[in-house]
Amino acid sequence: MSFFDYFRNKRGANSAATARERLQVIVAHERGQRNQPDYLPRMQQEILEVIRKYIPVEQDDVQVQVDESNSCSVLELNVTLPG
Amino acid sequence: MAKIIVVTSGKGGVGKTTSSAAIGTGLAQRGHATVIVDFDVGLRNLDLIMGCERRVVYDFVNVINGEATLNQALIKDKRTEQLYILPASQTRDKDALTEEGVAAVLEELKGRFDYIVCDSPAGIEKGAQMALYFADEAIVVTNPEVSSVRDSDRILGILQSKSLRAKEGEEPVREHLLLTRYSPARVAAGEMLSVADVEDILAIPLLGVIPESQDVLKASNQGEPVILNDEAQAGQAYSDAVDRLLGENRPHRFLEEQRQGFFQRLLGGGRG
Ligand SMILES: Nc1ncnc2c1ncn2[C@@H]1O[C@H](COP(=O)(O)OP(=O)(O)O)[C@@H](O)[C@H]1O
Ligand SMILES: [Mg+2]
Repeated sequence: MSFFDYFRNKRGANSAATARERLQVIVAHERGQRNQPDYLPRMQQEILEVIRKYIPVEQDDVQVQVDESNSCSVLELNVTLPG
Repeated sequence: MAKIIVVTSGKGGVGKTTSSAAIGTGLAQRGHATVIVDFDVGLRNLDLIMGCERRVVYDFVNVINGEATLNQALIKDKRTEQLYILPASQTRDKDALTEEGVAAVLEELKGRFDYIVCDSPAGIEKGAQMALYFADEAIVVTNPEVSSVRDSDRILGILQSKSLRAKEGEEPVREHLLLTRYSPARVAAGEMLSVADVEDILAIPLLGVIPESQDVLKASNQGEPVILNDEAQAGQAYSDAVDRLLGENRPHRFLEEQRQGFFQRLLGGGRG
């Protein structure tokens, strides 16, 4: 690194590394969503409403996803309980 | 066998039209009969970049509607042999390009050309989907910047699920990454995603890296695809990319920061 790069790096504070990390997370997340069946968001909403009858949970406390392996699909339901 | 290549990106303003013009011209320069088709309905611009805007009489939609023949609508490039342009319509009707209509025109073009380069509109909706639907290969134009990279990944998802090849269960569309507006100095300063970063995130083969360059603006001012300027780094980088598209091996150039003298730096370093 040259003398000048040193000062430039200080200013830039390596924002490219932050960009890379953020992109890796969001792109992986969106790829996961992409292959999900169309009915999933609605089903997730209905499951959320049922749970809310009994427990106060937020929208993002309930995660629903379908994992497909060669021979079978698994419906995965993750609920984070309060407290 | 004619090949359909879509130049796509999701995000607007990343260099699709610039790249379509350069790559189409490069293919024709190398002796392949080539047509560049502007799919950007309502925002015709390929004509300006190719310098043939005053010769547009009929367009893509006229041909689909049977108001003109393909021969009447195709514009022969004045500088490069074997190169034609099919301009986009200026209609505001975004549904003017029907699937059957586009299929029929592409079929006719396949009989006459070796390469059909489709310049896609921005977005991931209908217009962009129509431009990529029939593609055999896709050049995904990406800038080293977060929103562009994310949109490129979205368009890759569409290529993999909504293209004709995906629907028919044929061999998938061949994907190429074209990283444009790259600035090695800013990468070195940690301000810009590097080629390796973008390759790593998108995980598709790298076709080329086009440096950020004043020569691109100059070329579009003059209506001459930048690939015709063989003194310009951007022109040379596009030439390399065309060679790679045709299966040649070319090392990637212009990835490193050029060293500048002390006074150039002090004066803000005019970099081309
Ligand atoms: N390598 C480059 N260096 C500098 N400017 C560029 C480069 N590539 C494209 N541009 C500029 O970016 C703008 C958008 O380019 P364009 O090809 O019209 O993008 P798109 O078709 O994706 O909307 C234009 O002003 C063009 O001159
Ligand atoms: Mg464009």
